[in-house]
Amino acid sequence: MSNVANTIFSPELAARFDHLVTLYPVKRSALVPMLLYAQDEIGYVSDAAVSEIAQRLSLEELDVRNVLSYYSMLRTKPAGKYNVQVCTNISCMLRGGYTVLEHCKQQLGIGHKEVTPDGLFSLEEVECIGACCWAPAMQVNYDFHDDLTPEKVDVVLEMYRKGQGKDVK
Amino acid sequence: MPTLVSHPDEVKVVSRRFGMGASDIDRYLELDGYKAVQLALSQGPDQMADWIINVMKASGLRGRGGAGFPTGMKWSFVPKQSPKPKYVLVNGDESEPGTCKDHVIFLHDPHSVVEGTMIAGLAIGAKLGFIYLRGEYRYLLKNVEKAVADAYARGFLGKNIFGSGVDFDIVTQTGAGAYEVGEESALMESLEGKRGVPRIKPPFPAVVGLYGGPTVINNAETIANAPHILLMGGEAYAKLGTERNGGTRLFGISGHVERPGVYELPMGYKLRDAIYKVAGGIKDGKKLKAVVPGGSSCPVLTADEIDVGLDFDQMAKAGTMLGSGGIVVLDETVSIPEFAMRVISFYQHESCGWCIPCREGTDWIKKTLTRVHAGGGTRKDIDNVQYLAENMMGRTFCPLGDAAAMPTLGFVKKFRKEFEDYIDGHRAGTNLITLDQLVGAH
Repeated sequence: MSNVANTIFSPELAARFDHLVTLYPVKRSALVPMLLYAQDEIGYVSDAAVSEIAQRLSLEELDVRNVLSYYSMLRTKPAGKYNVQVCTNISCMLRGGYTVLEHCKQQLGIGHKEVTPDGLFSLEEVECIGACCWAPAMQVNYDFHDDLTPEKVDVVLEMYRKGQGKDVK
Repeated sequence: MPTLVSHPDEVKVVSRRFGMGASDIDRYLELDGYKAVQLALSQGPDQMADWIINVMKASGLRGRGGAGFPTGMKWSFVPKQSPKPKYVLVNGDESEPGTCKDHVIFLHDPHSVVEGTMIAGLAIGAKLGFIYLRGEYRYLLKNVEKAVADAYARGFLGKNIFGSGVDFDIVTQTGAGAYEVGEESALMESLEGKRGVPRIKPPFPAVVGLYGGPTVINNAETIANAPHILLMGGEAYAKLGTERNGGTRLFGISGHVERPGVYELPMGYKLRDAIYKVAGGIKDGKKLKAVVPGGSSCPVLTADEIDVGLDFDQMAKAGTMLGSGGIVVLDETVSIPEFAMRVISFYQHESCGWCIPCREGTDWIKKTLTRVHAGGGTRKDIDNVQYLAENMMGRTFCPLGDAAAMPTLGFVKKFRKEFEDYIDGHRAGTNLITLDQLVGAH
């Protein structure tokens, strides 16, 4: 059972964490997934999340923050409900990745790592996401959108605006 | 969703089940699934490990992550007796720009990775395997998690697998965004819940790896090949490829081609044919300028250098690498200096900062090329870029330093004239990347 009395996470996630730490020879191994799953639930890795994860893994908060700051997907500030991540690495660049990025900036009215005023979207330029053969590509949260054009981007953004986008978690 | 492509020149081994619904365990079983692991177990507890390793050695399979180390030999290096538990670690942290082959394996045939992990475990006497996927591959992680759960539900994993008396467990793991973690020792650090910085070698993972125990770490494609190789026999697999380069491999052809996609071609297949026949030639009838043949860390080949066979040895002879099989094709409109800027910008961003030559080298190369882009470059800058890259080579804990230096050297050596013209204000090609874009991100 968990060593945490009052969890800040949902009962489902708390139960998942209780299980996760039992899978490894060393429970600290659960740290990176826990940070990511915590972020999936609350939108970012909050101070309270750092504190509880440290407690669950019997680590110092500093140890947790030290790991947290290393990984590019982890953030300590809220992103938009839908985080749009546009790849501009070589394969995407050659097929219009920067056009897609500029189009997103224009349509959303925000830049790299910014959030729209209504909190619905955030935008990020990211490095290779492993969709090179279906370039240019972007991810909205965890969902991939391939073979993009500015017109296709509009369709994708509209889908999320209407709440009809897939939300892979 | 990735589009599946096909070409008559393909020889399908690891991609045999793609598009056939093999994520479903029953369908996988219909398609010879979990037969290889049972065949291995049927050799008996005394012969099993040696039998597997001998078949793998005979297959000539070399690591598909990029280094090309013979898989059977790697497995044989793990000590038979070990006071510490042994582990199998599957590297699915696919992050090399230009590479998306493991993506399709996890999507179309996750059980082959599960079964391959079991086979590697039996070969080295491990009881626990980890399948590590990059954080961005969440939907693929779910596919692999389902495959693992279904295998447990059938009793293929856990205690006494297939009634053999052998126990084997698999844990799936997600990263959270870091190119560096694709390096084997950095991946182990990450899996131990730490920052993904590399470890000094030796000792090698086969002796001291995950949690200090002997560990076999293989690329996901390498692992997914193992069940096929056991079923078809090592020699039969070897025969598909060239000498010392057994079998086939997945090539992701991207960039300026008509039919980009992941194709399975025999080792030694001609790069020219991969581009012009398989991928349909250069997009929109343009001319070829250059090819990055195995992911962004491989030195570039010019249009005149593509009559080379796609195997580890022929590519090394041609002064480049087969790498991760990510073939990125550049047409005549590409400005090489700008392409080089984007490549170094990536490595500068992804350097973990642990070793000074890589951390400082990538940063200074990026700064220098940024000045060139801004119009303030001099010819001496080209020399400086080359000097910096040459001094990064072989001076870092992990291959990322080389991975950043090698393509840079390729660009400035093979396309020096284009850099000079660029500095002189004659900027060939379309504007690939603006100055704002070069310095703006990250």
